[in-house]
Amino acid sequence: MTNTAYVELLNLACGALLATAVLILWRRQFAAIIRWFGVQGLALASLAAILAVHGHDARLGAIAAGVFALRAVALPWLLRRALARAEAAAVQPQRETRPLVNVTASLLAAAVLTLLAYAVSQPLTALTPASPAAHAIPLGMAVVLIGFFSLVTRRRALAQVTSFLLMDNGITAVGLLTVASTSLLVELGVSLDVLLAVLVLQVLTGRLRETFGSTDLDELRELRD
Amino acid sequence: MNALGITGGVIQAVVITGGAPLLTGVMRQVRAKLEGRKGPGVGQPWRDLRKQFRKEAVAPEGTSEIFRVAPLALVATTVVTAVVVPFVTSASAVEPMADLFAVVALLAMGTATLALAAIDTGTAFGGMGASREVTILALVEPTLLVSIFALSVPAGSTNLAAIVAATLNDPGRVLSPASMLAAIALTVVTVAETGRIPVDNPATHLELTMVHEAMILEYAGPDLALIELASSMRLCVFLGLLASLFAPWGIAASPTPLALAIGTAAFAAKVVAGGAVLAAAEVFMAKIRLFRVPELLAGSFLLAVAAVASSYFLAGAS
Repeated sequence: MTNTAYVELLNLACGALLATAVLILWRRQFAAIIRWFGVQGLALASLAAILAVHGHDARLGAIAAGVFALRAVALPWLLRRALARAEAAAVQPQRETRPLVNVTASLLAAAVLTLLAYAVSQPLTALTPASPAAHAIPLGMAVVLIGFFSLVTRRRALAQVTSFLLMDNGITAVGLLTVASTSLLVELGVSLDVLLAVLVLQVLTGRLRETFGSTDLDELRELRD
Repeated sequence: MNALGITGGVIQAVVITGGAPLLTGVMRQVRAKLEGRKGPGVGQPWRDLRKQFRKEAVAPEGTSEIFRVAPLALVATTVVTAVVVPFVTSASAVEPMADLFAVVALLAMGTATLALAAIDTGTAFGGMGASREVTILALVEPTLLVSIFALSVPAGSTNLAAIVAATLNDPGRVLSPASMLAAIALTVVTVAETGRIPVDNPATHLELTMVHEAMILEYAGPDLALIELASSMRLCVFLGLLASLFAPWGIAASPTPLALAIGTAAFAAKVVAGGAVLAAAEVFMAKIRLFRVPELLAGSFLLAVAAVASSYFLAGAS
């Protein structure tokens, strides 16, 4: 792979990451959110694959395959299954009905967060000014911040799980872009951790719905018998 | 100012004025076919215009000169835009006018004049339509400016001709994240600014949902024809702008007849293809509530900001 092609593909994958993060924040329908989350997993996997091919790194290649299997296939499938169950129960419409910050304001906040991400990752970029991967760090950082913002403003459990995963996608992207060679073991551990967290949250969401008939986390403010 | 730019400007003015109603016809025809109707044919908008132009000019009682001047101002600003923006050739007829800010201001001036004319009639619908249109306009302009600005950062100039020429020299630039994000933002802007579904429905005359149609409700005869013509031309200009910025292939770089013919054909093909895609997408969409329009436009603004940011920060890498 030539150097220009590498830089262009890398930038494209990072741009796709940011664009899908924006779309996840934008959409209300859970089905659409999960679809864009799957697309983002694909973008993340191709980012790892591009880095692997460029660095002739077999371990990174394995990580790319793992990221693809987990974030583009397994997690969207789990989320879709949770959504299908909630739809079967049909307690309320399957979309984020009233987030704490309305969508327009949260999109504008995300614009500010993107700029903030560029400001805070300047020192990281300055460490290796010649590397094109380092220049893409702000994009990954923006995904982390957007994910975190979405996590604190959404009320429904499924939306919060997706936001958590969005933030994790961002963290993985920053990790891939900053670290010269990642340990396969560490990456594997983190990925399995995420999978476990989603499984636990899924069970928790199911229990929540069975008990309260809703997955609006604001209902949990009072203690009951 | 050079030979290439001037020939291009003349060709663009003729092609856009003559072809814009045909573009509207093609879009209606695509929609009709997809909905299982036969459709009135591609030439119908021109037949409608001819009918309107033959009628006697009438204006409502109590309206001022603004009402009579607005259609002319709308057509004039659109024609100037059609001349100066590099659609067919990579040079502009009036180089300083092809500036990003000048073009956006020209397009906004046309809309603002029409909004004033709508208020001038003093009817409830006119005022309502004007208020809605101005709300949308205020949200669209920043996105439009910022997203084209993202493309002007790598080119190092806000001149549209310079941006198009830079993209022609380096085709890989189209695939950069900045360009990709800006393309999504500009598509949303095009839909909003030209009053298409999901922001406005050009086919409706239902009071609650009208935006553009509410503003021109009091117009009749030749004035209405001018406004209809200008609306199709604006759609053509926006689609052409998208085509020139993100797919500038086939644009004439030299003033030879062959290059100009290819440039014109490529421009027509790209605009018609863009229009057909837009019309086909509209079939599957419903108009969104007016109160959700700011949400759509805030999203496109965010994408535009991200485009500027990534074009600025990733520029250091390559």
